[in-house]
Amino acid sequence: MSAKIRLATVWLDGCSGCHMSLLDIDERLLDIADRIELVSSPIMDVKGFPENIDLTIVEGAITNEEDLHKVLAFRKNTKLLMALGDCAITGNVPAMRNTFAIDDLYNRAYVENADAEKQVPGAVVPRLLDRTRPIHEVVPVDVYVPGCPPHADVIFYAIAELLEGRMPDPMKMGKFG
Amino acid sequence: MSDAPHILTLKIDDQDVSAVEGQTILAVARENGIAVPTLCFLKGLSPVGACRLCLVEIKGVPKLLPACVTRAAEGMEVTTDSPRLREYRRTILELLFAERNHVCSICVSNNNCELQSLARAQGLTHVRVPYRHPRLGVDATHSRFSADHNRCILCARCVRVCDEIEGAHTWDIMGRGIDCRVITDMNQPWGQSDTCTSCGKCVHVCPTGTLTEKGVAAAEMKKRQQFLPYLTAMREERE
Amino acid sequence: MTPEELRELAARRREELQEFKYRLNVCLAAGCQSCHGDSVYKALKAEVESRKLEGVQVRGVGCLSLCAEGPLVQVEPDNLLYQRVRAEDAPELIESMYGKPLKRLACPTDAPFFAAQKQIVLENSGRIDPESLEDYLAADGYEGLMRALTEMTPAEVIAEMTTSGLRGRGGGGFPTGLKWSTVAKSKGAKKFVICNGDEGDPGAFMDRSVLESDPHRVIEGMIIAGYAVGASHGYAYIRAEYPLAVKRIQNAIKQATKVGLLGEGICGTGFGFTIEVRLGAGAFVCGEETALIASIEGKRGQPRPRPPFPAESGLWGYPTLINNVETFANVPPILRNGGAWFAGMGTEKSKGTKVFALAGRVKNTGLIEVPMGITLRKIIFDIGGGIPDGKKFKAVQTGGPSGGCIPEEHLDMPVDYDSLAKVGSIMGSGGMIVMDETSCMVDVAKYFMEFCKSESCGKCVPCRAGTDQMHGLLSKICAGEATMDDLALLEHLCEVVKNTSLCGLGQTAPNPVLSTLRYFRHEYLAHIQEKRCPAGVCKIKAAAEVHA
Repeated sequence: MSAKIRLATVWLDGCSGCHMSLLDIDERLLDIADRIELVSSPIMDVKGFPENIDLTIVEGAITNEEDLHKVLAFRKNTKLLMALGDCAITGNVPAMRNTFAIDDLYNRAYVENADAEKQVPGAVVPRLLDRTRPIHEVVPVDVYVPGCPPHADVIFYAIAELLEGRMPDPMKMGKFG
Repeated sequence: MSDAPHILTLKIDDQDVSAVEGQTILAVARENGIAVPTLCFLKGLSPVGACRLCLVEIKGVPKLLPACVTRAAEGMEVTTDSPRLREYRRTILELLFAERNHVCSICVSNNNCELQSLARAQGLTHVRVPYRHPRLGVDATHSRFSADHNRCILCARCVRVCDEIEGAHTWDIMGRGIDCRVITDMNQPWGQSDTCTSCGKCVHVCPTGTLTEKGVAAAEMKKRQQFLPYLTAMREERE
Repeated sequence: MTPEELRELAARRREELQEFKYRLNVCLAAGCQSCHGDSVYKALKAEVESRKLEGVQVRGVGCLSLCAEGPLVQVEPDNLLYQRVRAEDAPELIESMYGKPLKRLACPTDAPFFAAQKQIVLENSGRIDPESLEDYLAADGYEGLMRALTEMTPAEVIAEMTTSGLRGRGGGGFPTGLKWSTVAKSKGAKKFVICNGDEGDPGAFMDRSVLESDPHRVIEGMIIAGYAVGASHGYAYIRAEYPLAVKRIQNAIKQATKVGLLGEGICGTGFGFTIEVRLGAGAFVCGEETALIASIEGKRGQPRPRPPFPAESGLWGYPTLINNVETFANVPPILRNGGAWFAGMGTEKSKGTKVFALAGRVKNTGLIEVPMGITLRKIIFDIGGGIPDGKKFKAVQTGGPSGGCIPEEHLDMPVDYDSLAKVGSIMGSGGMIVMDETSCMVDVAKYFMEFCKSESCGKCVPCRAGTDQMHGLLSKICAGEATMDDLALLEHLCEVVKNTSLCGLGQTAPNPVLSTLRYFRHEYLAHIQEKRCPAGVCKIKAAAEVHA
C-alpha cells in the first residue's frame, strides 16, 4: 500500500444521521484509517474546497444555494462521488417540502411560527432552491448507498470495496428507508 | 373420456416444467421456485395485469405478456429474466417511486413494504425520472384505519378484496391517468362510508403503507395476508 | 316487411323523387350545421314555399365532403355545388335554377378534390336524406342484407367478407373476414355484435360523418354481421359528444324496427336482431375494445389484458364481434356487389377505400374517401389543394395520438396499412393532419403526449406514470431547459411504455415522439443544444435568463 486515498465527506440537507452511521463503523474505522486521508468533513474544521479528492461521500439532499454551490465544487474536485443515504438519493424527508410553494414555507417557518422577529431572513440565510433535489439530478453520482440511515455495515462494505478498487453494489445489503 | 386434467409441458427459463391446463405462467413458475416479481397480483384475488412487473418473454410472441394472466401452453418457451426485462421492471418501479411521495424512512410499513423490497430485489439504486411530489391527502376519518394517498400505487388490491371477498365494494378508483385515486363509496371520507364493514381486509392486502391500522408507528405495520388463500380455499370447497 | 315489400317501398320513393324537377340538397352534417347550414336549409324551404314553386324539393342531406367551404348546397339535376352559402343567398340560388348557374357561389366539382375520390362508404353521403329510410332503400339500401338473408348461409356471408379482403377500419387493420369467422366458431349461449363509434382521435370525424350522413348503412352492416356470426343483439357505442350522430342512428333504428328490418323475423326469415345505442361518456380509452365492453357492462371504462380476445370472451363473457363504424359501413356494398368486386380496388394487402378526415394546414379540409394505394402527395397536394399561404409542407400526421408524422421524403409512398407502418406511422382510424413549416415538431409531439396523458385510464403503471413523465420531458425540451440526458431518458421511456403498457393506448402513445425523433431529430437538438425553436413556436427564454 502506497498513497492514501483522499476522502471528503459533505453534509447537505440531511439530519447528519448518515454521518453518525458512518461513525458507527466503530473499530473498523481503525482498519481503514491508515488507508485514507480525510481532507474535508463536517467533523473537521476545514475552510474552502480541497482539490484532487479521490472519494467524496455526500449526505443530504440539495435544498438551497449553499448545497448547490458545495455539490458542484466537490464534484469538480473529486474522482468518485458517493450519495450516502436516502436524502442524497431520493430527497427523502427534506424533499417533502416540494409539495408546498416556497413563499408558504418561508411564511410558515419565519412568520407564523416565530415568537419574535417575525420576518423572512434576507442574505444571511442561503436561499431555498425552487425544489429539493436528490444529488444525481444535479451532478453525476458514482455509488449509491441507500438507507435512512444506511446501516454501518453497508457503509463499511461500500468504502472497503472502493478501497480495493472494486465498484460496490450496496443494494445487495441496503435498502431505502 | 376421463375428466383427468390435461397436463402440459413447457419450458420456463430453460427449465422443463409441467402445468395443468388453465394454469397461468406465474403459478407454474412459482410452483417451480422461479421468482417472478409482482405487485398488483395477489393469490386469491382476480388478476388484472396492471403493474406490468411480471411481463415475460415468450418465444415466437412479439409482445411481452403478463405472467399473472397468461395461461401456460404446450411447448411454450418462457423467459422470466433477461437484461431487457430487468431494465423494464426497474423503470416501472422508478415510475412508481416518482409518481407519489414514497418516503420509506417515516412510513409505518417501512421494512414490510412490497414496493420497497421489490426495489431492493430489482437492484434499484436511484430513480432516474424526476420526482413529481404531488400534494395528496391522508384520510384518517375511519376509527381504526387510515389511508395515505401519498403511498398508493393504484394496484387495486383493496378494490378487489372489498368487492370479491368481502362483497362490500366500498373501494373503487376515480379519475383518469395520473390523477387516479382510490376512493371509498362515492368519494366520501372513509369514516363516513355506509358500505365499509371495517373488516380490515383492504388494509392487509395493501402492498405499501397506504392502508394501515391506526396507532402504529414507523416500521410497525405488518400486513397479514394469510387469510386470503384460506378464505378462498374454504369457499371453493363449499362450492 | 318481406324483401318484396321493401323493394316496393324503394321503387315508390324513386318515383317520388322523380316527381321533383329540381332538388336542393343542403348539407346538414355537423360541419355545415356549425356554420349555419340549418338556417340555409330553412331559408331555402321558406323561399320555395313563399314562391309556391312546384317540383322543387329542398332536402337535408349528409356530408358533401368539402367541409372547408361549408355550408354546401347541391342543386339537381345539374349537380351544381355551391359553397359558403348564407341564408340571404336563398332567393338568388332559387332563381339560378331557372337561369344561369350562380357563379358567385359555385364550387368547382371537377377539381381534383372531387375527381380523385372514390366513394363507397360515402356513396350515399350528401345524396340521401339521412333521416329517411325510404331514401336509403331507394339507393339500394338493405339489398345486401336481403341477399345475405335470403340467398346465403352465414358461412357464405363470411366467405364473401374474406374474399373482399376488408381489414378493420378502426386502426388495427385486422382482417374482417377472419374476425367474423372466429366469432362464428366461438361457442357461447349468446353472442353480441358491437359497433365501435367512439371515435376520439383529435381531428378525426370519419365515423361521425358516416353516422350522420348514412346511418342505415351502419345498421345494415351490423345486422349482416349478426347473421354471419350468430348473434341476435347488437350495441352501437357512440360517443355522447356526437349528439347529431346519436340522434340519427336512434331514428334509423326506430325506422328499421318499424318495417321489420330489426326485431324478430327480419325480412320474413327466421333471423332476429336488435340494436341498442350506448353512449360513451367522454373517455378516449373506451375506443379500445375491452374498455368499450367494460363501459357497456356499466363498469369503469378501462381495458383488460388480451387474450382472451372479445371474439372468445367479450361482452358479459360471451363471444363478441366488435368492428368500427367504417368497417360496418363497408359491409352492405360488399354483400351487394360481391367480395371480388371490393377486392378489385386498392392494393394487394389493403383492399377497398379509406375515408380520411383531411385537416390542418391544407387548402381543402374535409372528409374524403380515396382508394387504398393512393399516394400521400396526391391526397395532400391534389385533393387537399396543397398548403395555403405559400408555406412549405413539413409533415403529415396519420393515426392520431397513436400514429406518427411522415415527412416530405415519404410522400410518394402508397397509403396502405403496411407502408404506413413501415415509416413509423399507422393507418389509424383516418385522421390526417397536415403541417407546414410553422409547426414545431417537438411541440406537436408534446401536444399528442398531453392528449395520451390525460386520456390514460390509469390502470397500468407505464402508461399512467410514463406518459406523465414523457410529457414533462417534452415540456422541458420545448422550454429550452432540457439536456441531452433528458433526451436519452425520453427515448428510454418511449421504449418502456411502448413495450410494457397494457393496451393500445399506452403501447402507441410514444409513436408521435418516436416518429418525430426519427425524421426531425434536428428540431429536438436545436431546442436542447442551441436553445432555439426552429419554427418559432416554443417560447424559449434567452440563455441569460435561464436559472442555473
